[in-house]
Amino acid sequence: MRHRTIHLFRKGLRLHDNPALLAALQSSEVVYPVYILDRAFMTSSMHIGALRWHFLLQSLEDLRSSLRQLGSCLLVIQGEYKSVVRDHVQKWNITQVTLGAEMEPFYKEMEANIRGLGEELGFQVLSLMGHSLYNTQRILELNGGTPPLTYKRFLRILSLLGDPEVPVRNPTAEDFQRCSPPELGLAECYGVPLPTDLKIPPESISPWRGGESEGLQRLEQHLADQVHPADTGLCGWAEGWVASFTKPKTVPNSLLPSTTGLSPYFSTGCLSVRSFFYRLSNIYAQAKHHSLPPVSLQGQLLWREFFYTVASATPNFTKMAGNPICLQIRWYEDAERLHKWKTAQTGFPWIDAIMTQLRQEGWIHHLARHAAACFLTRGDLWISWEEGMKVFEELLLDADYSINAGNWMWLSASAFFHHYTRIFCPVRFGRRTDPEGQYIRKYLPILKNFPSKYIYEPWTASEEEQKQAGCIIGRDYPFPMVDHKEASDHNLQLMKQAREEQHRIAQLTRDDADDPMEMKLKRDHSEESLTKTKAARMTEQT
Amino acid sequence: MMKRARQKVMVDNAVPQTSQENKKQKTCLYGSAFSESDPHASIDWGSLPHHVILRIFQFLPLVDRARASSVCRRWNEVFHIPDLWRRFEFELSQPATSYLKSTHPDLIQQIIKRHADHLQYVSFKVDSSTESAEAACNILSQLVNCSIKTLGLISTAKPSFMNVSKAHFASALTVVFVNSKSLSSIKIDDTPLDDPSLKVLVANNSDTLKLLKMSSCPHVSPAGVLCVADQCHGLKELALNYYILSDELLLALSSEKHVDLEHLRIDVVSENPGQVEFHTIKKQSWDAFVKHSPKVNIVMYFFLYEEEFDAFFREETPVTHLYFGRAVSKAMLGRIGLNCPRLIELVVCANGLQPLDDELIQIAQRCKNLTAMGLGECEVTCRGFIEFVKMCGGRLTQLSIMEEVLIPDNDYSLDRLHLEVSKHLGRMWFPDMMPTW
Repeated sequence: MRHRTIHLFRKGLRLHDNPALLAALQSSEVVYPVYILDRAFMTSSMHIGALRWHFLLQSLEDLRSSLRQLGSCLLVIQGEYKSVVRDHVQKWNITQVTLGAEMEPFYKEMEANIRGLGEELGFQVLSLMGHSLYNTQRILELNGGTPPLTYKRFLRILSLLGDPEVPVRNPTAEDFQRCSPPELGLAECYGVPLPTDLKIPPESISPWRGGESEGLQRLEQHLADQVHPADTGLCGWAEGWVASFTKPKTVPNSLLPSTTGLSPYFSTGCLSVRSFFYRLSNIYAQAKHHSLPPVSLQGQLLWREFFYTVASATPNFTKMAGNPICLQIRWYEDAERLHKWKTAQTGFPWIDAIMTQLRQEGWIHHLARHAAACFLTRGDLWISWEEGMKVFEELLLDADYSINAGNWMWLSASAFFHHYTRIFCPVRFGRRTDPEGQYIRKYLPILKNFPSKYIYEPWTASEEEQKQAGCIIGRDYPFPMVDHKEASDHNLQLMKQAREEQHRIAQLTRDDADDPMEMKLKRDHSEESLTKTKAARMTEQT
Repeated sequence: MMKRARQKVMVDNAVPQTSQENKKQKTCLYGSAFSESDPHASIDWGSLPHHVILRIFQFLPLVDRARASSVCRRWNEVFHIPDLWRRFEFELSQPATSYLKSTHPDLIQQIIKRHADHLQYVSFKVDSSTESAEAACNILSQLVNCSIKTLGLISTAKPSFMNVSKAHFASALTVVFVNSKSLSSIKIDDTPLDDPSLKVLVANNSDTLKLLKMSSCPHVSPAGVLCVADQCHGLKELALNYYILSDELLLALSSEKHVDLEHLRIDVVSENPGQVEFHTIKKQSWDAFVKHSPKVNIVMYFFLYEEEFDAFFREETPVTHLYFGRAVSKAMLGRIGLNCPRLIELVVCANGLQPLDDELIQIAQRCKNLTAMGLGECEVTCRGFIEFVKMCGGRLTQLSIMEEVLIPDNDYSLDRLHLEVSKHLGRMWFPDMMPTW
């Protein structure tokens, strides 16, 4: 029986390596490619800022154009998704709905509701995985039913799994022809709305454009740089991936918006992670004597996979309360301080430049994320990581349910990360990364006339020097909102106390087998319990 | 728990209860739950023999035991049997500001009143408030007639005992030191312990003292700890700060009368750069010390600024475990390779921007006992690191290095590196990684 199918795009805004879409095309006589723009659903499930809306709309426009080229069209239907499905299933005599399987709780609920409708209205639902490298279930199975809670354990499990599934083939014009695309008239009614239609503020100057085409172009740029390393000099290091992943002390440019960065395209699904993985693997296989790209390129995909896996099997993953792997810490509630951090008014140029770039462009380098997150949570302000996560979710183009939460727990030392005594200094860290302060000058132009000596701590400049720089601290730019040494010392004690109390929770996400300090802590702790049991046994004998 | 205990009783209990006794114990909650017509109702919980209830109670945590103690008089009696009060950890914290649970004040009163004599293994866990530390001292002061063997004062965060007045602290300790006469283990780091208190300790407990941990006790002088070494010949474990370590101390610990020392921990701390001039310990003193105690672990924790390391490891030093909590100079790491043949474990928190290849390779060559290494914010080339691991081989049971530390070169990328290292170690190994997103 050939189906009449609605394929629902949710994430997975692409045509290449899209198993659900391909399955729809192969099993149907008619396929309606649909995107349901349910604004209420989106805003209730996540925080989405203006830049993210723009990126999404651009991605939809790109998808529409790509489908057009294959003789089909994207139908964007606005409204509450259950009603939309109900109406159109009936209008178009739909027998099957296909969609990409997603692990976020709100998407899972959506799928469950659609299945419910399917039972009621008599259509089948087919959901296929396409957003991760591996079948998450398999990883859980290999680890005895629970997610591996440390990255090292995760890598060991992966080594048992072998390579991920190969990407599926691209759909062709013939595929769509066979599935008689909907009439053109239809397509006009269901166009991609403009931002103004949705009352979204006009776009700012973000250099990141949404869409599969843009993503694929960047991907090619990324990989082209690797295949012809000779062109770029400097013993084979190419601008593309080096700029993203080289240690910051040598390349300040890495902080600037990457022209070959890919993370927002992975999170929206404009790019398939499996395709990228295999392209990279081919390059590793071919390159012999040239320096290989750092493992952190493929590593970015594996980190993503790690957080996806843990999130899929951990209740309340994006919260502290009720989250079994997260330290329960009594963070301060301070709306004013949170606001200062969010709006780049901390008085620490390094942090403020980072938060400014984030707001203006929707992307910051991962080390910048580390600095900003550490400052908000365990380093200086002692404000909950959940607050930071919400801000990042709103502003980051690559905001992703599990990765955002996972990284915030990491950076606040609530889980996964245990060297809590390593606190990034908001002055020194920036200075190490970019000694001349070019990054600061670009994003905080008010400070641009300060000499490099002062630019990370302008409050240390004399009044005369501030006048010369045309910026009086306290008037044109805020004083530092905390004394870093005092705040971080205090916070270290709080963290130490919390970890003492919750030793068992901390252990869950700790990789200790190879770390001598960890082993020593384990020994100390077991020493204590040994003496306790010894003493207990002695009390029995007396 | 209760179910298990019940089965035990059915096996162990050889003495059947008469129905008359049953009637007497009717006030007991569980007794009344059994009707007399029930053939299995021969068990009356309230009249189990004391030793059985004691056995059961030993499985229960304190809070459950305490609840059980208000069930009936017999259970209450058992609750107070001295055996259950040998070991106790007083948890003291201010609820408004702390996560730690606190021992109930009524319970503390009960213990002081009825069980001070029974306490043998005692610890005080306090939060960062001065009130909690003072409360601990108050309790200590009341433990007259005690015979404590183990005493521990633990500050979970800030060293709150340092805010207690020296006099108050000293007098509290004196009560325990003088009355116990059989103290064998004392953990008293981060406190205002002073020389006179040590004298009192020694005067009363020199035969029994085996373990003394007093790191970061700024009022103790070299003479104070020397007094301990001279008199306490059974001392096996000692933890102190570097400034009170002396040649005389090492020699005193090596005297014929002294047992082998097993564990010596030395904290080398500097609050402000250049503030302290560090003295050197003579090689002969170390030699004598190790000759006397050949198996001793010598553990050194360094919290210094880079320019302050000059005094250390200029000659052969028998240290076994080295931890650098702040940055350590490249030159210092070079000297460690040359002069620390007994080294077993090395952890470096941070270094600088120059690769440490040469230093690591020298350590691999000369520190043949090295089994554990941890590297934080340093620089090492992939080739240098692999060379190091190859030379150490399978004896490295613990190896930890941050991914960012490793510099890829023409021969090795990070990807190849983890495979090479795994091969040489004989197990799957990864560097410590931070997520990139």
